[in-house]
Amino acid sequence: MQAASYVLSVGMEVHAELLTKTKMFCRCPNEFGGEPNTRVCPVCLGLPGSLPVINRPAVEHVLRTALALNCRIAMRSVFHRKNYFYPDLPKAYQISQYGETNPLGHSGYMDFFTEDGGERRVRIRRVHLEEDTGKLMHLPGRKSGVDFNRAGVPLMEIVTDYPPDIHSPQEALDYSYQLRLLLIYLGACDGKMEEGSLRCEPNVSIAPEGHQELGTKTELKNLSSFRAVQSGIRHEAERMRHALERGDTLKQETRGWDEENEKSYVMRVKEFEDDYRYFPDPDLPPMVFSEEYIEGLRAALPELPTAKRKRFMEDLGLSDYDARLLLAGPAWARFFEEAVAQGGDPKQVCNWMNGDFSHLLNEAGRTAEASKVTPAHIADLTGLIASGKISGRIGKEVFEHVFQTGRMPSDVVKEEGKEQITDAGSIREVVSEVLSQNPEAVGKYREGKKGVHGFLVGQVMRKTEGMANPEMVNRLVTEELER
Amino acid sequence: MAISLDELKHVAELARLNLSNQELNAMQSDLNRVLESFRQLHELRLSGVELTSHSVDSTSVWGEDEPADGLSRSDALEAAPSAEAGLFLVPTIFE
Ligand SMILES: [Zn+2]
Repeated sequence: MQAASYVLSVGMEVHAELLTKTKMFCRCPNEFGGEPNTRVCPVCLGLPGSLPVINRPAVEHVLRTALALNCRIAMRSVFHRKNYFYPDLPKAYQISQYGETNPLGHSGYMDFFTEDGGERRVRIRRVHLEEDTGKLMHLPGRKSGVDFNRAGVPLMEIVTDYPPDIHSPQEALDYSYQLRLLLIYLGACDGKMEEGSLRCEPNVSIAPEGHQELGTKTELKNLSSFRAVQSGIRHEAERMRHALERGDTLKQETRGWDEENEKSYVMRVKEFEDDYRYFPDPDLPPMVFSEEYIEGLRAALPELPTAKRKRFMEDLGLSDYDARLLLAGPAWARFFEEAVAQGGDPKQVCNWMNGDFSHLLNEAGRTAEASKVTPAHIADLTGLIASGKISGRIGKEVFEHVFQTGRMPSDVVKEEGKEQITDAGSIREVVSEVLSQNPEAVGKYREGKKGVHGFLVGQVMRKTEGMANPEMVNRLVTEELER
Repeated sequence: MAISLDELKHVAELARLNLSNQELNAMQSDLNRVLESFRQLHELRLSGVELTSHSVDSTSVWGEDEPADGLSRSDALEAAPSAEAGLFLVPTIFE
């Protein structure tokens, strides 16, 4: 019997800690790690009598993100208090933003490329600004303690629209990947999922195919990698399907993901929205923006990853795969563009970057900026090869040298005598020499064993220490043998 | 628009208040008097009045993003009922 088929629907809530120097409503440093409770003050500890003050660059990060996500901007926007009790929340409320049109950004969308090269659009419901909570830690003897270093760190929440546009674990992954890239290109967030500065929280539901209504949803937390986003959703959908097929009723709940055991577990049954008793925070005056200010922010947006990827493919002729690799980080993409601007052939520059350069960087555990290689080095190298001054094989040797020393490829070629021999006369001389030293091989060739041709070419290359132009050697060996 | 006993119990639970039956009864009549006052306010004609959520008429008050000293850890923890290993001790939570 065919099992009933279900449609999976996934809404995504992404929390991103913003790259500011200080917290959202106080001037404690916004950093990761360090000794617990060393970046706290009366405001972020929620002590009586303290007053929050809005961090302007944090607001700007959210506005720029909202613009990049094609959102409508709330020209007047207020903060609300979201009331609930939990030990990591010192004030017993979180400052957040409530409502449909009050969040800094709403009603937007993100276009992106999927893993298989297709294009997708996911609608964005809202982009709002709030503050992070403290961190609960477990102590020996079944005790719990709180570190408030993270409390009050500016946190942006990006929520997809309803009903969901995402219907598979892969789409959820593609969406998360692209959103992370966007935030990194905007400089809004460092995107470190393993440190929790970017947290993807999908809400997952399944419904029998053809049903209008969505099923009961669960929210997944603790997904600290893209892999976890994908496998967490896949397992959750499976768990729900089994439960429904057993005839169980699903509960609306928050479940944590245990990556090691590939299992989810109940964290808490969700409180209903009304229970948060949202109301405007009287401590924080409304934010009001002028048209001019917003348009200024829009005009100053950098080229975004999707547009860049399109341009790399359409204008520079790169493959989808190559473009995706080059876009992996803004610094890497910038490196590529500078090398091309300095005369490097786009395809060649791309091959060197995604090939030998990546390989050597990985080996050395270094980033491109921390290495001795600059875009000028790559442009110079591709020029040497394109003009026939050196062969691709010698290029590899030269590049390794460049990587170690930071010297210009042209200088290395000149000083180390790496220049390719392209003078037909001198190559022919070596060819004749090799043929006379290998009469046996020449005899075999003339008997019809054409395979020895390769051996003779190899001998010539060896004699010239790899400096001879390989195509010319090939041609001249044939010419001399057929003579 | 009176508050029912069930609604009151729910609100008490959200506020983590453990109220006796006697306290619940007293609270119910207190809250109903408050609600009655609001009902009277509702009778006012306010259609031309702009919605206000803030008592002070200022907007867009920004702080600069420059770090400043907060509290030392010992000062921060001093006010806590109990602390250990640099952390504020709280009721045991297991997730
Ligand atoms: Zn603080």
